[in-house]
Amino acid sequence: MKIIGLIITVTTGALLFYAAGDFPAWSDPASPASTYLSPHFIEKTMEETSVPNIVTAVLADYRGFDTMFETAVIFSAGVVCFFLLRISRREDEEPETRYYRHVLTGVTIQLKEGHEIPPSADFERIDSMWTPPDLIIKTGCRLLIPFVQLFALYVIAHGHHSPGGGFQGGVILGASVILFAISHDLRTAVRRMSEKLIGILCAAGVLIYAGTGALCLLLKLNFLDYSALAGVLHVDPITARSHGILIVEIGVGIAVLATMIWIYNNISSAGRYRQGL
Amino acid sequence: MTDLISMVVAKYNYWIYITLMMIGLYAIIAKNNLVKKIVGMNIFQTAIILFYVSISVKKGATIPILEHGHGPDAHHVVHAVDYINPLPHVLMLTAIVVGVATLGVALALAIRVYNNYNTLEEDKILAQIREK
Amino acid sequence: MIWPIDLAILTLVVVAAISALMVKDLLGASVLFGSYSFMMCLLWSIMGAVDVAFTEASVGAGVSTVLFVAAVFRTTRRTRD
Repeated sequence: MKIIGLIITVTTGALLFYAAGDFPAWSDPASPASTYLSPHFIEKTMEETSVPNIVTAVLADYRGFDTMFETAVIFSAGVVCFFLLRISRREDEEPETRYYRHVLTGVTIQLKEGHEIPPSADFERIDSMWTPPDLIIKTGCRLLIPFVQLFALYVIAHGHHSPGGGFQGGVILGASVILFAISHDLRTAVRRMSEKLIGILCAAGVLIYAGTGALCLLLKLNFLDYSALAGVLHVDPITARSHGILIVEIGVGIAVLATMIWIYNNISSAGRYRQGL
Repeated sequence: MTDLISMVVAKYNYWIYITLMMIGLYAIIAKNNLVKKIVGMNIFQTAIILFYVSISVKKGATIPILEHGHGPDAHHVVHAVDYINPLPHVLMLTAIVVGVATLGVALALAIRVYNNYNTLEEDKILAQIREK
Repeated sequence: MIWPIDLAILTLVVVAAISALMVKDLLGASVLFGSYSFMMCLLWSIMGAVDVAFTEASVGAGVSTVLFVAAVFRTTRRTRD
């Protein structure tokens, strides 16, 4: 297999090297990719949408239909991870001995099969491999996470004027929750952000995106033509396109945030939601 | 000699992209471990993104965010030669995020395979399937 | 853009890619893949693709590495190739 692979790779590589001779010279302003379509977008984006960041404008406005289905792909990837890995509570055999921790005193108690703990908020369920979180890591992450989340919100909101947007901001928001899950443990993170909430957010993001498009359709313009929102938002049609991009980016951000956490939760615990990373 | 140097400078980005793509392709075909195959798949993907970003570069141009978009200097004429071609960037931005989604699905499949066969090596998995 | 830096990072990218595939420890491979992604991100920010570089820094070098480490933690570190 290695020899066949090597032959295939070397042959394909040689053909591509031969073809690379016909490519336009690197950083050539007159190359075909930079001459036909892109000057129109560079020159007209500002007057048509009033968004200085051309990448954001093309991503969410001119190519909005494409980005909507990219968001749907991410949503379906989260759902696929859930269906591949998640073990339902009925199939998952509960361990015979369970461990609880008294929150105030830190005392850990062990319960054998058949015994129940009186329902109270003082006890929290912990895993058998549970170790107390390190004080330095715990405090450091607690200090860091609010700033990470604030930066993520800035990235989403300021995507019109600087690099950034829904995808990046959503990933950073998801990464802050993943950081919380790593620094504490998975049970604590799931208690803060339950699986049901993640699923609802994941679908809500795609719904916000598609709903904005459908609203434009109801206001008698094309699907995802945000200038239709001018009457609703009480602004002129060009500013309405800028605001429409922001609404769509928020939808993308929510969907990406939820998907990242969902995939991480399922992979790090192999679908059991306990004994995580 | 100067011809050679200018030719190398004009084309080395393309050569590196081909090299990386072939490294990824070789890993997908010939590596035995499933996680190594997934790493190879991601290297292949980033190589293609490198190619797309390389064709968008223009000499003497700046990043595709318009200067003086708002404020007192607004509404001056924008020249296309001053800004890098933004269209390949848009295509690749979504490709990266979809890439991490496919990575998640691939790793989920690898974990399921490991739970069933207790190994990630392809030849051992195939041997276990033949035994059944 | 400064072409010696570009050339140096391009070489490092190839080295990181090959070593991520050669190393006989899956945890090491995932960390090397993270460094590969981060150098790719540097390369793209040199080329002026700031949005793409930002996405790669948060997605490729951040979340991808975490997912790889989580998957290796759930399966095994050992490999023969």
